[in-house]
Order: sequence, then structure tokens, then C-alpha cells
Amino acid sequence: MSTKQHLIYNPACECMSRDELLALQSARLAETVKREYENVPMYRARMDEKGIKPEDIRSVEDLKYLPFMQKTDLRDYYPFQLLASPRSEIVRIQGSSGTTGKPIVSGYTRNDVDVWSEMMARTLTAAGCTKDDVVQVAYGLGLFTGGFGAYQGADRIGAMVVPMSSGNTQRQIMMMKDLGVTLLCCTPSYATYLGETIREMGLVPGRDIKLKAGCFGAEPWTEAMRARLEELLGIDACDIYGLTEIAGPGVAFDCLEKHGMHVNEDHVIAEIIDPVTEEQLPYGQSGELVFTTITKTGMPMIRYRTHDICSLNDKPCECGRTLARMSRITGRTDDMLIIRGVNVFPSQIETVLVGTQGVAPHYMLIVDRVNNSDTLEVQVEMTDDMFSDTVGHIETVRRYITEQIKSVVGISAKVTLVAPKSVPRSEGKAKRVIDNRKL
Amino acid sequence: MFISQISVFLENKAGALREMTALLGQGGVDLLALSLADTQSFGIVRLIVHSGQIDEAMRLLKDGGYVARINHVICAAVPDRPMGLSELLGVIEEANLSVEYMYSFMRASKAGTANMILRLNDGAKAAQVFALKDVVMLSQDDVDALGAAN
Repeated sequence: MSTKQHLIYNPACECMSRDELLALQSARLAETVKREYENVPMYRARMDEKGIKPEDIRSVEDLKYLPFMQKTDLRDYYPFQLLASPRSEIVRIQGSSGTTGKPIVSGYTRNDVDVWSEMMARTLTAAGCTKDDVVQVAYGLGLFTGGFGAYQGADRIGAMVVPMSSGNTQRQIMMMKDLGVTLLCCTPSYATYLGETIREMGLVPGRDIKLKAGCFGAEPWTEAMRARLEELLGIDACDIYGLTEIAGPGVAFDCLEKHGMHVNEDHVIAEIIDPVTEEQLPYGQSGELVFTTITKTGMPMIRYRTHDICSLNDKPCECGRTLARMSRITGRTDDMLIIRGVNVFPSQIETVLVGTQGVAPHYMLIVDRVNNSDTLEVQVEMTDDMFSDTVGHIETVRRYITEQIKSVVGISAKVTLVAPKSVPRSEGKAKRVIDNRKL
Repeated sequence: MFISQISVFLENKAGALREMTALLGQGGVDLLALSLADTQSFGIVRLIVHSGQIDEAMRLLKDGGYVARINHVICAAVPDRPMGLSELLGVIEEANLSVEYMYSFMRASKAGTANMILRLNDGAKAAQVFALKDVVMLSQDDVDALGAAN
């Protein structure tokens, strides 16, 4: 048996028997499908096309008959056509990157914000958070779900929240020290950077810094990074998974056993499918993760394809939870990159270049990790139209492209001008990304 | 008043300048003047060649996959003595013009002068001001003569 002391926020939901859970999921699924069919014309049409009526969906077993939803649906039916509740019931908008220039947005009803807060309260509690803790939120507070998710979860628990948002490392550390922060929420790479800066400043974790745990997510990381973070800060480093389309952070979370992230299955149903045949795969097998929300009312998602590759494990956990666990994400089935916690699609960069006069649409993205921070270099080919005999003129064009990328993608990239035809052309699908990060 | 200049885009990487000059050299193009502007990520090479070789140089560059263009600059003869250049810059400043870049010819046309190639923010105005202030400007023929003198 584990010797760790496990805190559970909602034992009735997190530790119910698998049979009870299945019955609950089935009832909630039927309700969600009915709501979706009645309120979302696009999904109704998709069900009609397959000859499926809401009353055909009676249990989780029937999930496999339902049509999928995709990120492109959030673009094609942007911003409100996927709402299954009246617009007046929406109390919040959150967003994330789309595959082209426009972000995707999700509308939350009061119920949805509550459900999300509950999921994050469970997440933080599993990392050891109680109302006596001080929680520093160093995820960005804005359209990005990270900041608000962490804030709401800590607020639900009744902990003391320090809503720092991202950036300004010196001030983050000052607050951490002065307020006796015990829990940190941010990306794992930023946590490592904070930890290294703390050490460089001569501060001693355990004496000057009171951190005991952290909930780190929004980007892929490894067991090696976990070990490094735990050593650096003297904490339990917990992984956390989520996506705006489903709720935000807290869809799945590590307990202190750190053997897979518990999926909040009373609110979402997780499936693993073969990304090619779209057939369901059994527990333990690796494939594409698919989510169905079963309590969301604003913008429910049915069989939403995450494109993340992982496996599920339904074995009971040492911590006492019965919620199935998902493994770390081992890859993607599409070309999405996660850079400094931001989802980046090469097609977004292409949109910027195609939309800038005189710029060639050929480009190469080079991603690396320097000093624990991701870097993005965008190589753009020089063209006759862009060229000038003065440096100032060329720099103006380069700066313009940099600013456009920043405004569309949301992160700073280093734009490098390269010789014409130096970006490799290939037959069929061009290789647009070189990812040098060692993960 | 103006002379033709070729500008070439170069990537900031080892061997880029050598490759480009070798391409022109093997094609028989004689470089009369050259300047290199480099930034962290790229470089611009500016070249002056005999007017009879401009088309050939451009063809070689385009065929070689380079981005290159022709534009017009002023070539001024500056007295080859202390303060010679400074006085010329004084004329430019007085006329509220600014120098975008400047470099010098490898060869003098006659003893006692140095030839400076100038790119100013307003070339037409600069040509008028220089004429008024008796600044000696080389024509394309003068420049070609420099090449022929070789």
C-alpha cells in the first residue's frame, strides 16, 4: 500500500464504483445527446445523416455510433453556432488557437464554470491543496483557460489565491517568498525557470520558499523533467491535462501516486480510438484520445477528437480513486505544436505569410528549448518584392511579419530571412517543422 | 548624376559571400566597388560593376538563385585630404538630407580624390544640392572609365 497521504475533494464522485459510474455516465450521455440534437443544427444534421436519433443513445456502449466533432467545427461554426443553450445563459468565453488566423472560442454557462471549477478543485486537492494553502497562479489570466481554471479551483477550495498571471519572474519569486506560497500553477518549463532563478538568487526552497506542490500543464513534459522540478523546488510536481474545447485544465489530473492522470469521468467520457479506422480501442492500448462532455450545457462536445495520443487505464489507483487514468501524451496525430504552453499550428504561420504582400508562402519552423524556454524560429524566403538595398527597409518587413505572427499565434517568434528556394520543397505534404526539443 | 548599383541578398552563413563573388568572378564580372551590410540574420552586398557588365551580372545572379536588384546611387569625388569627407557630410546635413549608407571606391579616378558612393534618403534632391555646392559627381561613364583603366 502507498504511504502517501491522499486528499480527495469529492470522494462520492471520485471513488464511486465503476458500475455506478457507468450508470451515471450513461444517463448523462443520453441527456447531452438529446440537448445537442435539439439545439445544435450542425450536430443534428450529422446524426440524421447517420440515421441516429437521440433515443438510440441509451448507454456509454452506444457512444461508438455517434459522429465525431473536430477542432475545425469550432472554426466553421464560430463563434456561437455550437451553443446548446440560449446566448443569455453564457457567462464566460474562453479561447485557444485555431488552425488558421482565428482563435476558437468556447461559451460557458454558469453550470459549465461550476463544473470546471469542481474539476480544478479536485485537481488541486489531489496535489495536496486545502483551504490553508496559498496558491500562486502563474498561468496567463485571459482567454487562455490556464489562469482562470487554476484560480477558480483554488477559490472553490477556499485557499488563498495569488493571481499573478504569467511573466515578471522577479516579482513572481518575491510574492512566492513574501506570501509563503505553498502551491504553484504554471507550465512545467516556466516552473523550471522559476526554480533555477530561485536558486540563482540564493534562496533556499524549504527555508525561504515554502512550496510543497505544483500543478503543471498546458505543454508536454517528461518524467525526467518531473524529477528535476521536484529536486529543484523540493515539491510534488503533478501533471494536469485539459483543453478549452472540453473545459480547460483539470479534465484529468495526477494524484500523488503520479501514475497516470485521473479523468473526471463523471463529467467527461474518455475513449481511445484508432485515428485511421476510427474504431474504439480497449484499455491499455495507445491511440487518439476522444472526449465527450456529459454535464456541459453551453457548448457540449460529443466525441471530440483531441489528436493527442495516449492510453487509458481503468485499474483502481492506490489513492482510492476509481476514475480511470490517462497516460502522458506521447504525441499528436496532427501537426500541432505546443510552444511555451500555446498551441501553434503551422497553418497559422502560413496564413500570416500568405496574407503579407510580397512574402513567399514557403517557410520552415524551427522549435527548440533554450534555458527551459521554448523558442520558435520562422525561416522565410527572401523575395524580389521584399528585397531592398537598405537594411532598414528589410528590417521593417521582417518586424512586420514578426508582429503579425505575434498577433495571430500569440507568441513571439524570431523571423529569419533565408535565400530563395532554400526551404526544402517536397512532393506532396511539405515538411514545415523541425522540432529540436528533447522531450 | 547617378550610377547603377547591384544589391544582392545573402544569408548570414559561412561561405555565402565567397560563393556569390566566385559566381560573378567565374562569369568574368569585374567588381569595381563592394560593400557588405550585415545584420544578425542576413546580409546585403552592394556592388558596382562596369555598365557593360550589369546585365551579365544580373543574369548570373538570377540564374544562381539570388535575389538581386539594380538601383541608383550617387558617386561623389571627395578631396583626398583631412576634412574632405567631413565637408561633404556638412553639405548633406545642411540640406537636411541623411545618409542611408556610404562606401568608397577601390580606385581613384585621379590623384588627390577619393570616390564615395552614397545612398541618401532623397537622391534627386541630393544631386541638385551637390551641383549647387560644386561637389564633383562621377557619371556612369566616369565609373566605366575606372573599370577600363584596370
